[in-house]
Amino acid sequence: MASEHGQGESPTEYIVHHLTHLKVGEGFWTFHVDTLFMSALLAALTAWFLYAGARKASVGTPSGLRNVVEMVYEFVDGQVADIYHGNRGFLVALGLSLFTWVVAMNAMDLIPLDLPGGVAALFGAEYWRVLPTADLNGTVAMAIVILVLIVGYAIRAKGVGGYAHEWIAAPFGGHPLLWIPNFALNVVELLAKPVSLSMRLFGNMYAGELLFMLIALLGMGFAVSLGGISLFLGQIVFGTAWAIFHILIILLQAYIFMVLPIVYISMAEEHH
Amino acid sequence: MTINATFIGQIIVFLILLWFISKFVTPTLSATLAERAKKIADGLAAADKGQKSLAEATDRADAIVREARERAKQIEDLAARRSNEAIEASKQSAQSEGARIVAAARDEAATETGRAREALRREYGTLVVAGASRLLEREIDPRTHEKLLEQLASEIARG
Repeated sequence: MASEHGQGESPTEYIVHHLTHLKVGEGFWTFHVDTLFMSALLAALTAWFLYAGARKASVGTPSGLRNVVEMVYEFVDGQVADIYHGNRGFLVALGLSLFTWVVAMNAMDLIPLDLPGGVAALFGAEYWRVLPTADLNGTVAMAIVILVLIVGYAIRAKGVGGYAHEWIAAPFGGHPLLWIPNFALNVVELLAKPVSLSMRLFGNMYAGELLFMLIALLGMGFAVSLGGISLFLGQIVFGTAWAIFHILIILLQAYIFMVLPIVYISMAEEHH
Repeated sequence: MTINATFIGQIIVFLILLWFISKFVTPTLSATLAERAKKIADGLAAADKGQKSLAEATDRADAIVREARERAKQIEDLAARRSNEAIEASKQSAQSEGARIVAAARDEAATETGRAREALRREYGTLVVAGASRLLEREIDPRTHEKLLEQLASEIARG
């Protein structure tokens, strides 16, 4: 399964090539075209999929697409209902968006490694990373939105004054000497949430992608010799095993990315 | 692995997705599922109610059958008693009627006997008178006398 770049390319060059984004712009104002395109495309597909299922949904016995969408919805709804006790309408929408979108983006990891790059090359693109969740920008963007929601829900539940008071008076107490330690701890506590959230998903998907590349490198050592053939077989065996295992990671990471924001928002509404 | 302006684009994509889902997907789904849940609950409640009313109807039917059976038994008893009474009454009336008929027959027989006796007596009187007249008209010859006596006796016996 050597790629078109494979011939005459060192393993380092192969991996670096696969980890390079298609970029537009300079410095901070650089845009990863592949990440933006793929995530927007998958968001549109996810939205269309859910909308088609929801529009067809009726009170009668569901079937086909409707059934799948209802199942996903009931799964998310059940999870949110377990965690958050209140009007959960928007949080279900949040969980549903996160879960389906992240699953769709993570699933891109299962596309044969060199296929997207090859297709992009037909359109004249030199690089194409197909996995938006293995781009830190993709996961950080979602984490920032979640951070804003956490703060927003906290303010809605406690009022601006109450929330501000909690920043300096919790968790150690309201004594003026403790204001600075309280504040420092709250900064860490608040920032740890989006950072861990985005890093966890990014790390998992990045590592998974990298492992696929390393397995692909096995096959590049293919030669008509005993060792070469066993390398080729190794690529097939390990590639299959990792892909099957990776299905679990795809769903598990999406699930975690759906549940944790709901947990954080639920915690943010609690009074200290 | 660098943070750059891409995340701004990603935020916009995510917000659009979130807006779309919360506006067009979850309200529809939640309404549909709630309605279905209500329908199922209603159906279950209706089934419960149906079962209960069935049990009630069965009970009522049992009670009606039991009552009818009792009533039939009462009617049967009554009929038996009535027929016994009727038989008894007809027996009695037959007996009294028979006794009456026998008494009437006996009366008639007695009357008839009396009348016969009366007639016989009258005949006997005439015969005695006739015999005496004949005796007085003729000499009494023992043989003739005997003969006459014999005739008289047979005539009495015949009369």
